[in-house]
Amino acid sequence: MDEGQEAPPADTGEEPDLSTHAEVAPRALFEPIRIAAVGIFMGVFALWIVLPPVVVRSIAAPLIIGGAGVALGAWAIRDGARRAGWGAVASGLIGMIGGVFITRASANNLTAVVTWSTLVSLTLVFTTPLLFAALGGMFSERSGVVNIGLEGMMLMGAFFGAWGADKTNGWVGGLAIGILAGALLALLHAFFSIHLRTDQIISGTAINFLAFGITGYIFNDIWGGSGGITSGGVPPLPAIPNISLDFLGSIPPHELGTFLKDSLTDLNLLTIAAFVLVPITYVIMFKTALGLRIRSCGEHPRAADTVGINVYAVRYGSVVTSGALAACGGAFITIGYVHSFSEQITAGRGFIALAALIFGNWRPFGVLGATLLFGFASALSPQLENVDAWATYGQLFAALPYLVTLIAVAGVIGRSTPPAAVGRPYKKQ
Amino acid sequence: MTEAPHETGQEPEPQPLGFAARFHVWQRAGGLAVPILTTIFAFFVGGLVVLAISHKNPLGTYREIFDGTGLNWFGSFCSSSGTATSIPCTATTNLQQTLIQFTVLVLTGLAVAFAFRCGMFNIGGQGQYIVGTVAAVWLGTSLSGLPAPIHVLLCIAGATLAGALWAGIAGFLKATVGAHEVITTIMLNYIAVWVATYLINGGPLQDPASVGAAPISKQIDPGAQLPVIWDQDLNGGIHLPQGLHMGVFIALGALVLYWAVLNRTTLGYSVRAVGFNPEAARYGGISVSRNYFLAMAISGAFAGLAGSMDILGWVFRLDTTYTSSTGYSQIAFIGIAVALLGRNTAVGVFLAALLFAALKTGTSTRNLDPNVFRPDLANNLTQLIQGLIVLFVGADVLILYLWTKGKKLRLPTRERSPI
Repeated sequence: MDEGQEAPPADTGEEPDLSTHAEVAPRALFEPIRIAAVGIFMGVFALWIVLPPVVVRSIAAPLIIGGAGVALGAWAIRDGARRAGWGAVASGLIGMIGGVFITRASANNLTAVVTWSTLVSLTLVFTTPLLFAALGGMFSERSGVVNIGLEGMMLMGAFFGAWGADKTNGWVGGLAIGILAGALLALLHAFFSIHLRTDQIISGTAINFLAFGITGYIFNDIWGGSGGITSGGVPPLPAIPNISLDFLGSIPPHELGTFLKDSLTDLNLLTIAAFVLVPITYVIMFKTALGLRIRSCGEHPRAADTVGINVYAVRYGSVVTSGALAACGGAFITIGYVHSFSEQITAGRGFIALAALIFGNWRPFGVLGATLLFGFASALSPQLENVDAWATYGQLFAALPYLVTLIAVAGVIGRSTPPAAVGRPYKKQ
Repeated sequence: MTEAPHETGQEPEPQPLGFAARFHVWQRAGGLAVPILTTIFAFFVGGLVVLAISHKNPLGTYREIFDGTGLNWFGSFCSSSGTATSIPCTATTNLQQTLIQFTVLVLTGLAVAFAFRCGMFNIGGQGQYIVGTVAAVWLGTSLSGLPAPIHVLLCIAGATLAGALWAGIAGFLKATVGAHEVITTIMLNYIAVWVATYLINGGPLQDPASVGAAPISKQIDPGAQLPVIWDQDLNGGIHLPQGLHMGVFIALGALVLYWAVLNRTTLGYSVRAVGFNPEAARYGGISVSRNYFLAMAISGAFAGLAGSMDILGWVFRLDTTYTSSTGYSQIAFIGIAVALLGRNTAVGVFLAALLFAALKTGTSTRNLDPNVFRPDLANNLTQLIQGLIVLFVGADVLILYLWTKGKKLRLPTRERSPI
């Protein structure tokens, strides 16, 4: 999460604080932030050793290692690194509790669930739509327009992607039509929330209702009685191609190569695109004039207007971009992965994306970390179903992203700071 | 999304209008004209969709939907010895269904409306509703042996309290760390969805008989069920399973309570004051954070109560259609449209809840003739109309502003406190 974050605001006091200055040299090794980092690592390590392929069966190991993480966290908090320190305490506690539970489970069940290559590839699949939508939401919210309608825009992309692929008999046409549909819905949101100055949250809620209505209506109207639109239909629904990365298998050492090949082979084109988009978004948002304009419209639109930025144009562009990206994520679900459409197939992923955006603190690499975490939580649920006794806990894991976000919003683990002017309509004077 | 801190030495930024301030403009503009026009316009656009995509006659479709709402019951009373298929009897059943939906929609509408009046958007009605249903099922299945009235009251109280606590989390976070209630309530919605799904699918509330089949909870005790006040006695003592239950009076009571609390109590005054302008309220000695918490908790109480009404009066147990994650088709989300269309007033919520309840019953699949309009599209048409209404209601302040510009009606600003 810390990658990509700008340096924390430095102490801007004019006179350097001599007392701390003098202490820098002896304390460098035990910098509280480093202690906390080691603590966080200890928590992760406590979990790692009890999982395949290591599988330590002793209950003491995760307790001691996780406990060490908690202790380091407490030390870091005492020395002033509160945020990272609490993170280490949380990580250590999770390591202890999770480790104890895992050592009590049978080793066979563990290996059935924790197949790392499957988990990695499933995580990438579940991350893709979230990443697209969350990056899209970042454009919109960074420019000052709240986008509760991500879910609806995703759904538009999902349905019209499938519809277009069916009509044009090609995935390129499907993707293009899906993106266009998402962008059009976003344009409606932009018009109401920018020009008519509707409350942006109400407008976004309406956008979601509209998307559910429109996609469901047309879907039922065309495919309602015929069992839906699937890849098994005639002609089959065109799919976005997977890219074969089999050459990864030849990377030495053999185990690593096999692992990479098993987890990364047959990546969907859109999955790769989503991950490539992260650094691109970072560069656009933080290294170009355009990004500066977008951010200034979200932080202080009046100031942006004063220096000659067309706030309305920037906001329109950003919201439409967010719709197009969210629709990409939706299209991935239908013509990239599931190869069919059913009503409300996005099932709240737009809201998880919104959560990831907040948890990732409105930053591209933060969003990447958050979507990977949420994607992993989603990937774990189907894996848990491999063991009958654990199948039902998948539902509890599905609640995890939301719980983590709630805690993040509450400011316990790192306070989220939204753009200052997000949600406030701008009226040109 | 949090309030920007005041920067000294700058020209004052024009504050965005809060929900309450917008509401104030609606009130001053007066009349039912705008909600009615909004509704008509939404139905008009919905009709265009019916015409353009399905090539069906929109008027015929709407007539068919109206005939299914049960509102045509008035004037054609059904004799108690009638058969189930005769038209008046169908109308009776439909009217009962509409009123059952009305009960829940009034309460979920009030859940959104009360928070609106304090300047907050409670989008988490669905989560609070689900928590209410879970509490009602838990109490309804576990406390067997209690006398019936006490058992029912305990279930209702438990569900109301559960909803209040669930929403109270969002209110507490808003009051203490300023976390935006829209974000927290959305998160709480999905936590409620998945925890409730777990509870009835593998968790402690699941009916052991449903393991391996469609997961459902155990049925609540007969003693915990709300008394039915209007059901049909069909051919020789066969009762329809679901008549109109006592809850409709509870909903009407809640409307009166809502009006009285807001307009006749100190609490209501301070809630509205915070809704209009938190800074002015704080300056006037009102604790803003306390009101945020209380308003959210009261909102959640209404939604939790709505959950108990559905469990205790209608379905008697939970299944996954009540806890599923595709939430927007569901009843508490319609509460948002009810509150917005009803302008957050008791009378408005009453009328809007009736409209949406009728729409929901009228578009349910069993009420539509496939020759006039395909039943499987009807639910989607409802969603579409609902979305259009929310969209236009949200924009009507501006339309009003343009219309009434000549009358020197101005949007209130944060500087002038319009209480």
